[in-house]
Amino acid sequence: MLLSENLLSFRNVSKSYYGNTVLSNINIEVKKGEIHALIGENGAGKSTLMNILFGMPVIHTTGGYEGEILIDGQKTDIRSPYEAMQAGIGMVHQEFMLIPQYTIAENIKLNREITTPNAVSRVLGKRLETIDMAKMNEHARKALDTLDMNIEAYTMIAGLPVGHMQFIEIAREIDKTGIKILVFDEPTAVLTESEAQNLLAAIKRLAGMGIGIMFISHRLDEIVSVADRVTILRDGEHVATKDIGDTNAAEIASLMIGRKVSIARDCSECRELSDEVELRIEDLHVAMPGESVRGISLDIRKGEIVGIGGLAGQGKLGIANGIMGTYPARGKVIFRGNELTLNDPHSVIKSGIAFVSEDRKGVGLLLNESVELNIAFTAMQTNDRFMIKAACMAFQNDREMRKHALKMIEDLDIRCESPLQQTGSLSGGNQQKVCVARALTQEPTFLFVSEPTRGIDIGAKKLILDLLLKLNEQLGMTIVMTSSELAELRSICDRIVIVCEGRVVGVLPPDATDAEFGLLMSGSKINTAERSPENA
Amino acid sequence: MPETNTVGLMYKVKDVVSTIGMPTLIIAAFWVLTLVGGYIVGISMSALLSDTIKRAGMNGILVLAMVPAIQSGTGPNFALPIGIVCGLFAMVCSIEAGVSGYAWFLLSFALTVPLAAVVGYGYGKLMNAVKGSEMTIATYTGFSVVALMCLAWLMIPFKNPKMGWFIGKGLRETIQLDAVGAAQILNNILAFEVGGIIIPTGLLLFFALFCVLVWLFFRSKMGIAISAGGINPMFAQATGLNIDKNRIYANVLSTVLGGLGIIVYSQSFGYAQLYTAPLMMAFPAVAAVLIGGATASRAKVSHAIIGVFLFQGLLTTALPVANEIFAGTDLSEIMRMIIQNGIILYALTQVKGGAR
Repeated sequence: MLLSENLLSFRNVSKSYYGNTVLSNINIEVKKGEIHALIGENGAGKSTLMNILFGMPVIHTTGGYEGEILIDGQKTDIRSPYEAMQAGIGMVHQEFMLIPQYTIAENIKLNREITTPNAVSRVLGKRLETIDMAKMNEHARKALDTLDMNIEAYTMIAGLPVGHMQFIEIAREIDKTGIKILVFDEPTAVLTESEAQNLLAAIKRLAGMGIGIMFISHRLDEIVSVADRVTILRDGEHVATKDIGDTNAAEIASLMIGRKVSIARDCSECRELSDEVELRIEDLHVAMPGESVRGISLDIRKGEIVGIGGLAGQGKLGIANGIMGTYPARGKVIFRGNELTLNDPHSVIKSGIAFVSEDRKGVGLLLNESVELNIAFTAMQTNDRFMIKAACMAFQNDREMRKHALKMIEDLDIRCESPLQQTGSLSGGNQQKVCVARALTQEPTFLFVSEPTRGIDIGAKKLILDLLLKLNEQLGMTIVMTSSELAELRSICDRIVIVCEGRVVGVLPPDATDAEFGLLMSGSKINTAERSPENA
Repeated sequence: MPETNTVGLMYKVKDVVSTIGMPTLIIAAFWVLTLVGGYIVGISMSALLSDTIKRAGMNGILVLAMVPAIQSGTGPNFALPIGIVCGLFAMVCSIEAGVSGYAWFLLSFALTVPLAAVVGYGYGKLMNAVKGSEMTIATYTGFSVVALMCLAWLMIPFKNPKMGWFIGKGLRETIQLDAVGAAQILNNILAFEVGGIIIPTGLLLFFALFCVLVWLFFRSKMGIAISAGGINPMFAQATGLNIDKNRIYANVLSTVLGGLGIIVYSQSFGYAQLYTAPLMMAFPAVAAVLIGGATASRAKVSHAIIGVFLFQGLLTTALPVANEIFAGTDLSEIMRMIIQNGIILYALTQVKGGAR
């Protein structure tokens, strides 16, 4: 197959949302029969690029994009997903968009049914024509054959293994006449290894038929084994496009991570940590939707700052949420020699562990309540602080609450009009400080912090990180920080645990190379993480 | 500069509207309008105001019963009739016991609390089982209980002639509380007249007492926990609160308030109304608290107080005024229905998705 003809070209494509640039000058060319991989961290701009390609409304309602898209050398302006379909672009989604109660053929032909006229439809119009089931099955059969699927087209979707569903999604796309470009959005994320192998083989076969493939994946090994070329995006910028033959997983990984500005710890080597294990996690499983944890074991020593990193959806957020009881968990967690009761937030909080949730607005705050109540709330409910006992009932002690709130506002530099201001009207950074203040009010010895700098500006980020460092150094608080931002983890953590697919894939010191981080985060089996945690 | 002044004024107006709330303002304006109309057609203002105060006082606790239910996140207590039949049952038991006057009133109270607490506990359990459709289920639970009690009223083997039918078995539809010397028993405590307006001091003080109690409750540890569970269940759970338990407590409180509320209502009215009378009683109470500025997910004691005065004020004023202006029609009743159901409809449309 000649890899010459450019099926799809992005030329200097840029996009900004409300003055915030998310993509700048992207140039990608997909040739006929080529498998072109697209890789980047969360937020690198992959989804935005696909939204542009498919003419999603979110692009056009926010002022469109700059640059041009060429299909078959023709400048094309795709204004809607329907136009994208007309232009021969198809997408295989990560989540299946199938109707379980319909048969395979019906799903493949959904909204493109083959019909024959009947008496009623002659009067009342085309929408009431009879469905030609035989012909539909025949078409479906052909599409399934292309994919080497020997399953009957009249089987119902419900009950099929996920691997099959993925193939039916693909069959639906290739059944569309004139399909030229097929986008796979993390197609193997939900598949088992053997299913993934089948899928990759099918993708290669489709490319062999002259279809241009855009393959979005986090899994480096897959990209290396299946793609012809790879484009790496980072922070909305086009970092590089390389032939797979000229590169390797390690290089791709380090290009993907890149060296970001980091505020290195002043003296991370000279820190002496005790060997006392404060929190031992054994085989923890957490059923947190989209972030499930599948058996994590981890020791956290007294007085250290442990970072938990990894890509979104791999389960790093599930760890803290599982231990703190916000999502159902099983396993064994031992805190200072005592086993914690899982799924019981009250007892965990009572034992001296505090949690600053990643979902600030959902879990972290009562948005319509005052700053002071938000700060005092947990301590009030679990430790009976800020209460006056009267007539065998406890009532809130306004004076104590105010005093404490004012102290916290000063200590953490929370910018608010008064302790009575509603937290919903504070800025993100100050909301985060209120969350931290609430956790500190519980007087914990152990702190879980998840995504502490999500959605707050760079100045506030530094303040929050400095605050965590201060808590650790001055109060000796053990901190487990979960974050999607590697730079942030590297700046304050003693060691960084990388989670992938719900399991710990490695522990790295903060000064490990970009490639090491990148490889681990992509769940790569190439084991470069020879440096054991003891070096940390 | 005049222009900036207008803009500034507009912002001020917007501020006032958003703090007081649109429905409250509209109803208040409407009430003032009917009062002016009444004055023009020559209806005695003092009689109208006396009536307003009396009716606000007698409905007050029923409206207050909405506050804990809304705060806990189960929405307005459309199953108020459950509490009401508990109160009614306590009242007829007290009559059967043969006591009268204050003793009757206190015994009714004392019987209502445990009865409504037990029933409210069961109701709270039901509300936890049907999370997401509390309001609909509550409405029909209330209806069903009233229907069930219709049978009970007929079959209760009570013998006191003050409340039996003249022939046959069962209890009368309306029982005169005069017979046990309990009509207006609260209203008459320290009652006085000012400029032709009768102030039922006892009734108002009693309502005020309950307002203070509920207000205090929501400043207690449990009260704060209940509110937090209502505003943000995720937050409450992460803090280690047992949301389901708190919802049950809140509904117990609401049911008990409903039971006590009907006793206060009945003594002021002079009659205890059995059978289908409680069927629709939740709706005026729901409407009142919403008019007072509450939403289907947030309510304060102040909302109940403002709401009950505005709503009852409007009803008492609109009735004679409408009768005077549109003689021979039933317009006032139609207006009551439009306002009452309109305001409930309005409030329900304001419920944000995922309010549970």
